[in-house]
Amino acid sequence: MALHSVSIALTGSGGAGAMTAGQILLDAASKAGFYGLMTRSMGPQIRGGEAAALLRISSEPVTSLDDHYDILVAFDWGNINRFAAELPLATKSLIIADPEQGEVPEAIGAYGARIAELPMKTIAAAIPGGRINMVGVGAAATLIGLPIEAVLGVLTAQLGRKGEEVLAAATAGLKAGAEAAADLPAVERLPAHKHDGSARWNISGNEAAGLGALKGGIKFVAAYPITPGTEVLEYLAPNLAKVGGVLCQAEDELASINMVIGGSFAGLPSLTATSGPGLALMTESIGLAVASETPLVVVDVMRGGPSTGIPTKSEQSDLNIAVYGLHGDAPHLVVAPNSIGDCQFATQWAVYLAEALQTPAIVLSDQAMGQARCVIPKPEDSGFVAKRLVADGAVEGYKRYALTNTGVSAMAVPGTPGGMYVADGLEHNERGTPSSQASDHQAQLDKRSRKLDNFDYGTHWADIEGEGEIAVLTWGSGTGPAQEAIQRAKAKGIKAKLISVRLIAPAQPAKMAEALKGVKKLLVVEQSHSQQFHKFLRGHYDLPAQVSVLSRPGPLPIRPAQIETILASWN
Amino acid sequence: MNVQAPPLTHNDYKSDVKPIWCPGCGDYAVLSAVTRALADLGRPREQIAFISGIGCSSRIPAYTNVYGFHGVHGRALAIAAGVKLARPDLTVLAAGGDGDGLSIGGNHFMHACRRNVDMTYIVMDNEVYGMTKGQASPTTAPDWCKSKLTPEGTGIAPVDPCRLALAAGANFIARGFAGNPNEVARFIVEGINHPGFSFIQVLSPCVTYRPEQREWKSIVHPADASPAQIMAEAMHRLAADDGFTTGVLFQGNRAPFQPIGKNVATFADLERKFES
Repeated sequence: MALHSVSIALTGSGGAGAMTAGQILLDAASKAGFYGLMTRSMGPQIRGGEAAALLRISSEPVTSLDDHYDILVAFDWGNINRFAAELPLATKSLIIADPEQGEVPEAIGAYGARIAELPMKTIAAAIPGGRINMVGVGAAATLIGLPIEAVLGVLTAQLGRKGEEVLAAATAGLKAGAEAAADLPAVERLPAHKHDGSARWNISGNEAAGLGALKGGIKFVAAYPITPGTEVLEYLAPNLAKVGGVLCQAEDELASINMVIGGSFAGLPSLTATSGPGLALMTESIGLAVASETPLVVVDVMRGGPSTGIPTKSEQSDLNIAVYGLHGDAPHLVVAPNSIGDCQFATQWAVYLAEALQTPAIVLSDQAMGQARCVIPKPEDSGFVAKRLVADGAVEGYKRYALTNTGVSAMAVPGTPGGMYVADGLEHNERGTPSSQASDHQAQLDKRSRKLDNFDYGTHWADIEGEGEIAVLTWGSGTGPAQEAIQRAKAKGIKAKLISVRLIAPAQPAKMAEALKGVKKLLVVEQSHSQQFHKFLRGHYDLPAQVSVLSRPGPLPIRPAQIETILASWN
Repeated sequence: MNVQAPPLTHNDYKSDVKPIWCPGCGDYAVLSAVTRALADLGRPREQIAFISGIGCSSRIPAYTNVYGFHGVHGRALAIAAGVKLARPDLTVLAAGGDGDGLSIGGNHFMHACRRNVDMTYIVMDNEVYGMTKGQASPTTAPDWCKSKLTPEGTGIAPVDPCRLALAAGANFIARGFAGNPNEVARFIVEGINHPGFSFIQVLSPCVTYRPEQREWKSIVHPADASPAQIMAEAMHRLAADDGFTTGVLFQGNRAPFQPIGKNVATFADLERKFES
């Protein structure tokens, strides 16, 4: 069955309150028992820039944006041309425009959608303290059949502390919008639905990553702000302290990664979060963590690149630097969450893996997941907690980098008598003494790759769903649209398998061969211009003879229909 | 039941790894001063973390018998801060050269001074990059023209590390000379005992690329005043200083930066925030 859902885009320039409006609608939908997703698209301006809240609401869990929006509520048309490509509309879609803001711009009008006028500014002006975004929320909620009581409940909870006047103005705006909606043309409506009482969360990907870090046992965080990774750190700042950890704001990413190395060397599971430019600055020291076998986690919330790129919008183009960015032969972990909820699992698992394998783990999230908010079924606890092999008690003749069968050697934490050693980025012998001898280099390179190669990553290396001779192979935020496309294809009698790779590095050739058994046609789906994921797959895996690639750079997301069309053409 | 172990001597703080340093290098004396200071303090070896970056002098942790980290170029202070913030119970030392600390690591130096984490940082200053075979550093005089990289001299004014440290907010500043290791050892003891970020510049001659620095022994002179307690006074003295005055130059009283986490929430508490 195709997913029955309603999609709404709310747009406006600075101060119009599009994001707040979207947040209220999502929270209200959640209160009323629906699931939903809201992503954000913003310009780079701090205030006064263009902003769009992009929502999708359904009675089933939502993991992807839809192919088009059913309603576009435009509070104004400021800079809308910069957004138009991110706001696909169908002919049956409805544009709600304020006549005071002028004609519907050509870039939006070209979609051929229906247009309805709603004088939001005039309606709001008639209410003391009235805001146009509340009028828009009232109209949109009513049009899609979202109970106005649920919206009122959210408003009361969120604005109650701001005083009665503010709440009264918002309520009046909401009701005025709801009344005005009676004169608007009908649109796609939500099904009648009751909260089934099941536990659910309303969470962003960046919050989920932060929560996963804490549950994995992170106790030290060094932080340098960068869009769109900052919210991971801002979530951690108060909450890490509450569970007994320490966070320090660093002077730059060179410092934050090295502080994390220090914290981990001192014995605490340690993490930092960043985005592409920060990851680039950190790479030398991530190599140090590999060589010195210091566990740590770096969450990279990807944005458009290269260089400053598009800081506020998503792209899957840090795969290459995450996998290949370190100089020398430097085996490490790269883990990619494939949904907003999975940001928690993947980060928690990465903490566990980094600590178990005494090596750095890079978590590749992206802006589309990190800054999006989703109503999801409450996730089960994965139980992955940091557990480091440490040298306990008094140690005699200690060898920090002993050549063990697993490749993992006991780490002495400062304070352990007899365990004194010097962690080193220089190649070293088993004791840790610097060595440039060929035999030591060979032995330590073997050790560091052996510990990753021999480890049992279980079934978490990928999420595999369905069966068929056709498969979609993707990662990260390509997964939601692929899942939906496969569901739609199934409804039309087309069987396809989904393989969403969570453990990017080290590659798992035997497991991939098993997953691809019987697959004759493969569609690789990714959001990068140069097909980074496809080339990575070519370098590490045997793929079926027939491979197609759906790749596009950000900021436009992969839409389910793009995948569905290819699958249908293959049948 | 407590059997008192004999007190550790400075040799107990030395490892059996042979230094890569040239014969006559000032850094040998700094190594002696460090191990002597640690023995004088009587800190258990396992309670000490000694952090460095890259360069000749940054090899020093390997020659000691304490926990150490020999990291990448310029980042010793960031690693050291991480160690101390994560484990306030440890005694944290960082060390390195003038290039490591003031050029590639210059930003971290400034912020370590102002962050004021309780640790002690020793810069072995020889006004040259030795490991890369003799290039000008941030403390090199502008007219030094023995480097193939800057054969006409750098033409750039050098930085005085102690002035920089004072301006940036270091809580304890001393300058020593490798030719007087007992005095350097005393500064290290005082630096470790002083709360907050303690900075010790040690004039440590490079006999290979700066043989003229052998003359430093006749140029250095002890400070003729007790340590300044207020910044303005220390600044005034340093402004008039020739860079060869040894002694404790400043003792501030800023409280160290040491955030402490509190166990006041369970994961269930944190998760409840997301329930809708």
